[in-house]
Order: sequence, then structure tokens, then C-alpha cells
Amino acid sequence: MIRLIGIASYGAYVPSYRIKVEEIAKQWNEDPASIKSGLLVEEKSVPDLDEDTVTISVEAARAAILRAKIDPKAIGAIYVGSESHPYAVKPTATIVAAAIGAPHSTTAADFEFACKAGTAAIQACMGFVSLNKAKYGLAIGADVSQSSPGDALEYSAGAGGAAFIIGQNQVVAEIEEYASFTSDTPDFWRRDLQKYPSHSGRFTGEPAYFRHTISASEALMEKTGLRATDFDFVIFHQPNGKFPLKAAKTLGFTSAQIKPGLMVLHFGNTYSGASLIGLASVLDKASESQRILMTSFGSGAGSDAFALRVTDLIESVREKAPKVEDFLSSKKYLDYAAYAKHQGKIRM
Amino acid sequence: MVSTAKFWREQASRYNLEGTHCLTCGSYFFPPRIVCPKCRRDGNIERYQFKGTGDVVTYTTVYQAPQNPNRQTPYTLATIKLDEGPRLLSEVICEPEEIGTGMRVRSVFRKIGEEGARGMIYYGTKFVLA
Repeated sequence: MIRLIGIASYGAYVPSYRIKVEEIAKQWNEDPASIKSGLLVEEKSVPDLDEDTVTISVEAARAAILRAKIDPKAIGAIYVGSESHPYAVKPTATIVAAAIGAPHSTTAADFEFACKAGTAAIQACMGFVSLNKAKYGLAIGADVSQSSPGDALEYSAGAGGAAFIIGQNQVVAEIEEYASFTSDTPDFWRRDLQKYPSHSGRFTGEPAYFRHTISASEALMEKTGLRATDFDFVIFHQPNGKFPLKAAKTLGFTSAQIKPGLMVLHFGNTYSGASLIGLASVLDKASESQRILMTSFGSGAGSDAFALRVTDLIESVREKAPKVEDFLSSKKYLDYAAYAKHQGKIRM
Repeated sequence: MVSTAKFWREQASRYNLEGTHCLTCGSYFFPPRIVCPKCRRDGNIERYQFKGTGDVVTYTTVYQAPQNPNRQTPYTLATIKLDEGPRLLSEVICEPEEIGTGMRVRSVFRKIGEEGARGMIYYGTKFVLA
């Protein structure tokens, strides 16, 4: 029997609160039209007062377990990627493990690599599963993104996450190959004990996002011998709407290939969740044998690119858990004051 | 707020609605009972994870909350009858005007509270309208 390593199941979660670009722009006397056309973001998701990276991770993981009727006792590794773990010391992954009923024999850890820690978690799970150390590995990317009030990031930093259960043979999408590109690039960072991240402005574009995203994608295409036209869908990390569209164009992809996974317009940049929510959204729509290219990007900096091929199992599990588009319809808008309270920007 | 150790002991119930079920008489218990009050020594108790769905029996909206900086008043507390039978008190995440008796609810995983900026964060089950 051919041994496939891939996604056995997946689940996503996005909080129901939203704030519009206009509402944020009003506070800082900025022109919302120019921000919207510059970022291609309409609104962003905001966590409830009792939601954080742990609760988002648990909801996404539970959806993944439900979708393909995964036995949580068969999960042997849990890795949660985020830059907003609620504790500096005490893992998010152990709380997720308890909340999904994973066995005590599970190994678990939290990952951090700006916005790409979730895809690093997928790679770690692939290694674990391919060595037959466990039937399943659970990889999560989730964030309640922080941004300094008045900073350009505030228009896009959203909340959400997605969970992927990595397994063998019984998979909804085979991970055919992956490639990474990593360098020491100071485009975005947050120092210890600092509440908000800092960034290098325009430097975050060419030497950071585009160099890493394009290099990892090109390395993957070279490894696999696949060209842009061989893929049905492409997903890139989505710090805004403009960057992934430009990366797609540079690599020869069309807007028809990238739009189904471009969720940033509705949810904002969900950091570690961004490319993974995009992948979940594409799996909600893809058919058997279709090919997907997904490339994450994390500041600091690095990208992981994956070539996936959808299997016939997708049809039988797709409807068994909430789809990404379900989170588009149930939303409640906040004004800036309520948003500031939700994000912990008001200290009490 | 309860102590860290007490919360830890009740984690399975708080995270996953874990209670018990008497195989002799079929009764369900939440929070878990280790002895069936009906069957006594003839009871046969097993751990049971509730499905997390039920109905609103009654509810109240709190406008003056006890001290807790994370609380956003108003918030709604309800007695929920789980589909298996037991009743429990929980927060239902909704606007005060959205809830009514008999409404269907399902469980979600949320923050319950925290012991200040230095203390533990407590997670557990709340409900949303289904």
C-alpha cells in the first residue's frame, strides 16, 4: 500500500466580533478609503472578552476531531504555534490536550515563529507521523493578534486559528512535498514583556515577506517539478490583501487560483492562523485530485511551502464540522471603545 | 475564584462536561457522583462525557457583577437542562434580549476567569445559543 502522509482532518475557528476599517480610521483621523485600497482589508475579527489563543485553539481542534471522527486517544503529538500564547511559561498545548481528551502519553509543546509557527508545527507532526511514532499529530496555528494603537498594523491584526490533524493513508489531502526558506531578517519583532510588536515599516515587504514567500515557493516548485499552472489553488500568508496578490502574480498564479483562500479581507491578519485558515477555506471547496500550494510567512523571518493533493475522502468529511465561510455570516460589530476593551488596550 | 488545586481537580468536568452515569438505573450525574443515590450499593457508576447540548430552563441577566476585571456586564447566567437529564448553571454568551426559556444551547470552550495578572487563567465550558 502506498504510504501517504497528509491532513487527516482540519478545523477552523474565528471569533464573531468585527471592527471595520472606517471605525479605526475615525479614531486616528486617517482616510479609510486610502487604507482599504492600500491594504485590501475591509474589517477584522476581534476576540470576545473570554477568548484567547487557548480557546481558539481548542475550538479549532475540536472541529478537526469532529470532522473526520478522529480518536483523540490516537493523537501522539500536539504542537501549537502562536505569538500570543496567554502564558509566558505554561504551555497552551497542555490545555488543548486536556480539552480534546488526548492521552497523557502525548508529547506537547508550544511553537513561536511570528506568523508561521503553525506550519512549523505541521512539519514537526509530519516527521512524528512518518516515523510511526504516533497515528496522528495535531498542529495548530492560532493568534489573538496585538497591535499598537494608531499603528498601521491596527487595521489588520485579527483573531482566529486553524487545526490540522496529520496522519497516514486515510487523509483528505496528501502533503506531497514541502520546502522552507529561513534567514535572519529583522522586519518585525516583540521584545520580552512588551505588549505590542514593533516593525520596520516598508522593510517588511521586499526583503522580508516577498523574498521568503517567493523563495520557499520556488524551491518547492523546483523540488516537485510542478509549475504554477499545475496547481488549482494557491495560499500565501495574508498580512493584508495586497501582499499575497502580488506574490501570486510574481510566481505566475492567477487571481482565480488565489481568491478562494484569501480570507484576510474579512478576518484581517490572524497571524499564525492566517495561511492555515486560508488552507482550511480551500479544503472546504476543493475536489479530489486538485493540487494546492500553501506558503506561510513568519517575520524574523521564514516561509514554509507545501504542495498538497486532495483525495476522495474530502467529500465524506467536509460537511461534518463548521466551514470557514460559516464564520463570515455570524458577526457582531464593535465600536472602537468596545474593541479597545476586548483587545486589552484599556488597562484596568 | 476557587483555588488552583480545586480547579485542577475539577478540570475534566469543567473542560469536557465529564460527569457520571449509573449503568444500573440509567441516571446521569453532573457534577460527577461516585455513588448512585437511587441504586446505592447496587449502582454501577461509569465516567460519562456529556454531549454538551441542552435547553434553557431559566435565566437571569447580571448588571452588577462581583469584582472581576474581565467581566463585561451585562452577562447572562442560565440553568441548563442537558439532553441526558442533569441541570447545571452556566453563562450563556448572548445579548440579554436574545435568550428565552426552552431555547437550545450548545457548549463552547471559554475563559472562566483569572487570578489577576500574575495568577492562573481558568478555562472551562460556557454555552451559546444553538
